Amino acid sequence: MSLSEVFIILAKAVILMLSVSLVVLVLTYAERKALARIQQRMGPTRVGFKGILQPVADSLKLITKEDILPTWADRGVYWLAPIAVFVPAFLMWVTIPVTRQIVVENLDLGLFYITAVSVLSVLGLLMAGWGSASKWAVMGGLRAAGQLISYEIPFIMAILGVAMLAQSLDLTEIVAQQHSVSFALVQPLGLFIFLTSALAELGRTPFDIHHAESEVIGGPFVEYSGAHWSIFFLAEYMNTFTIAVLTVLLFLGGWSWPTMPFEGFLHATLSLIWLLIKTSAVLWLIFWIRGTYPRLRIDQLMAFGWKLLVPLSFLNIVITAIVLFYGLPLWVLTCLSGILLVGAVCIIRLNSSSSMERDTVRLVSAKDVRSKAKFSPLETSGGAE
Amino acid sequence: MQIHETENETDGSIDLMINMGPQHPSTHGVFRLVIWVDGERIIKSEPHIGYLHRGSEKICESEHYSQIVTLFDRMDYVGNLNSELAFCLATEKIMDVCVPERAEYIRVILCELNRVASHMLFYGVYGLDAGAMTPILYAFREREKIQNLFESVTGARMMHNYIRIGGVKENLPRDFQQRLHEVLEHLKRGIEECDALISKNEMFLARTKGVGAISGADAIDFGVTGPALRASGVVEDIRVTDPYSIYDRFDFNIPVGTYGDCWDRFYVRVEEMRESVKIIEQAARDLPEGDISAAVRRIVRPPKGEVFVRTESPRGDLAVFLVSDGTDTPYRVKVRAPSFANLQALEQMLQGAYLADAVLILGSIDLIMGEVDR
Amino acid sequence: MLRTQILPRKRKTVNKKPSPSRRAREIPIAPPRLDPRGEELFEVLKGVFPSGLKCEIGICIDIVTITVPKESLVQVCQLLKDAQNLSFDYLCSISVVDYEESEQRFEIVYHMVSLSTYYKVAVKTSVVSADPVLPTVTSVWRSAEWFEREGHDLFGVIFLGHSNLSPLLLYEGFDGFPGRKSFPFHDYQEW
Repeated sequence: MSLSEVFIILAKAVILMLSVSLVVLVLTYAERKALARIQQRMGPTRVGFKGILQPVADSLKLITKEDILPTWADRGVYWLAPIAVFVPAFLMWVTIPVTRQIVVENLDLGLFYITAVSVLSVLGLLMAGWGSASKWAVMGGLRAAGQLISYEIPFIMAILGVAMLAQSLDLTEIVAQQHSVSFALVQPLGLFIFLTSALAELGRTPFDIHHAESEVIGGPFVEYSGAHWSIFFLAEYMNTFTIAVLTVLLFLGGWSWPTMPFEGFLHATLSLIWLLIKTSAVLWLIFWIRGTYPRLRIDQLMAFGWKLLVPLSFLNIVITAIVLFYGLPLWVLTCLSGILLVGAVCIIRLNSSSSMERDTVRLVSAKDVRSKAKFSPLETSGGAE
Repeated sequence: MQIHETENETDGSIDLMINMGPQHPSTHGVFRLVIWVDGERIIKSEPHIGYLHRGSEKICESEHYSQIVTLFDRMDYVGNLNSELAFCLATEKIMDVCVPERAEYIRVILCELNRVASHMLFYGVYGLDAGAMTPILYAFREREKIQNLFESVTGARMMHNYIRIGGVKENLPRDFQQRLHEVLEHLKRGIEECDALISKNEMFLARTKGVGAISGADAIDFGVTGPALRASGVVEDIRVTDPYSIYDRFDFNIPVGTYGDCWDRFYVRVEEMRESVKIIEQAARDLPEGDISAAVRRIVRPPKGEVFVRTESPRGDLAVFLVSDGTDTPYRVKVRAPSFANLQALEQMLQGAYLADAVLILGSIDLIMGEVDR
Repeated sequence: MLRTQILPRKRKTVNKKPSPSRRAREIPIAPPRLDPRGEELFEVLKGVFPSGLKCEIGICIDIVTITVPKESLVQVCQLLKDAQNLSFDYLCSISVVDYEESEQRFEIVYHMVSLSTYYKVAVKTSVVSADPVLPTVTSVWRSAEWFEREGHDLFGVIFLGHSNLSPLLLYEGFDGFPGRKSFPFHDYQEW
């Protein structure tokens, strides 16, 4: 490898790092604003025009804060954990294309690489939990491990369905396949499984069990502060963005535009903008869910994952395989997938409403109670004898 | 890393002892709960209180009667007016003072508003305990309206010191009726909105239904009172069964639950807000003109005697046992705090629950540590 | 370990005791004024206790009181709880009052309410300063557990048979009983 090649790779990495960091900054701002809208607040307004410099202020604050090391912490593990979480989040971006032209290194086995790398962050969370020498952190770390590993299965299975449809693991190719019809229309069930398990992978509401503020006080991150904590934070938002982009690439047609008249630079720019618009729609959905739902309990989460999502994801693959093997038209797959999705939603609703009696609180009129409790010497003196 | 563990007697596995609080964010103050968990399941729990013990009862013994009202503000710091009322009622009873009608109505209106504000806080914080961020902001929007009204009446947002022995501190502001009307209109809509926001949420139901259930008989045995007792199916509301002030004049409903689980405790409070609004409306309609305070000297010297007054605070049976020896300071003030007794049932409720449920069960008791520790 | 020490008085403290002139003032005693329900309870109670049981039924402003020696406390409580027409199933509170100058120094007052008949009653018992021991009523109501712990914590009254009388409101190793009248109020300093 010549020096120039090394230099190019380095330059690419630096550009990637910078742009992803920028995205994270924007994302924190967007999330705060979006949640504020849901919660009838203003969100940040003070720093810069409409508060747009708030993320910068936040990051400056975090960087200048003291890094605290708990006395009993396992030093090496404790300091390495943020890196172990951040690096996989960053590595995933090596092969994610944002347009046909803009990608660090387009791999033929891109999807395979992404699923492989995405699991690595569990290790970091476990390390953080163990290294902090706090029982809450350990508990959070273990919760994270359990949750991430069990949701990895439906996550990968959903991706597999797409790979089968596209007959490729190359993300650029997958997007190109969706030129006429996006896979979300072909596999609505796949999209549902992918988004749900991705939320669990990210640890976002309603699956934010491993860093639940009200239960395990931030889980693995409980002892971290300052710059190290901000690295976890960075990785989390980076992952959120990654998932949103992946959703767009795999299911929503990526940057493909029915009739794109331009070529070259203009094409790249327009594609990028189109992708980002779609991505922000997915992100908004994620924020919206965060603003709406409470958190599930760990056993409910596991039951949901293993009893519903895993079988569904296998079914998804089976129907895709059947349709592809017999060469049936794609709308058959759409119908099958849609029926399964509706069936799954029905099962969830039936399950919850059958096991739960709704109106357990009744109203008793004070008048009735008063007349019963009212002192009436005749009645009670009879009982007293 | 050091982990303190104890051996599980049944199967020889190791239970992890965790210390929840006093700095845990969802213990609602400085409450410490030591729990032994087997994985995520709670084996045993042990509540520790006293981190906020200020010796209020002892301080009461060295203060004049009229000065004590402000100490009561700081006991139940969310339902201030209700605790003020409890002390004033006790003193009035021992002195045999007749409170003017207008003062009684003002007291009822403010206490019920206070109850709504307290339940609103509970509602919001409970959402937060369950992991939903949004409800608390909706709840605080409503609570803010009530606080503003309080500010216009009492001059303070929380520590009012407004209810005095023999009446209330000041007359109502001139536009009170109109303000109250506006607040009530907001509240009615707000309560419905809050109810729609989370009460029917599938996940919230799944989290709270059947969690931390306690039977009515057990609840009575543990001395649980208020919404927590009513949730267990016991029809008991001191405003109705042992009426104080003028509560026997109003027509309202008592919400009663069935299973005594977290959801019942939650929803009983939501219903109670609606009922409180009804009471306030009736009281505002009948609010008479007249004096706002009986002729009571500033330094009161009640006759010798003992009284025991029970009131229905937002959290339950707030009773004051007052012993007077005829001087200007009480001989002994004992506060029977509802949260204190309700907390005793926690161990029972926590049995077999998950760690995540512990937070919800704790939240559903609606603790106020200021009142527990006094 | 946390230690407390009671420091000698540093500043001039105001004498909290009423001045002789005030003490000479005749202190009125609040007259009893029972409500009908209380009056009925008063009548009912007369027939409840077996003749061998030493107890005194009285009235204190608006509540019926039963004064019992500490030996028969548990028996009386159990009786009050089990009696069909009383059923005091809910123990409201246990208060300890420190009558410093009296021989029977600590008076322990049990307030209980019946949730089916809505009677309320106060059961009083007292113990001497030298031997502040009385039986626990946790076997009758479980809610007595913390009330008794609090009483032990603040007043040093020992409830015999209580499963766990460890400090509840105070911290471990606190010296003295802050609820008592003799505990210095102003000149107390922690650590």
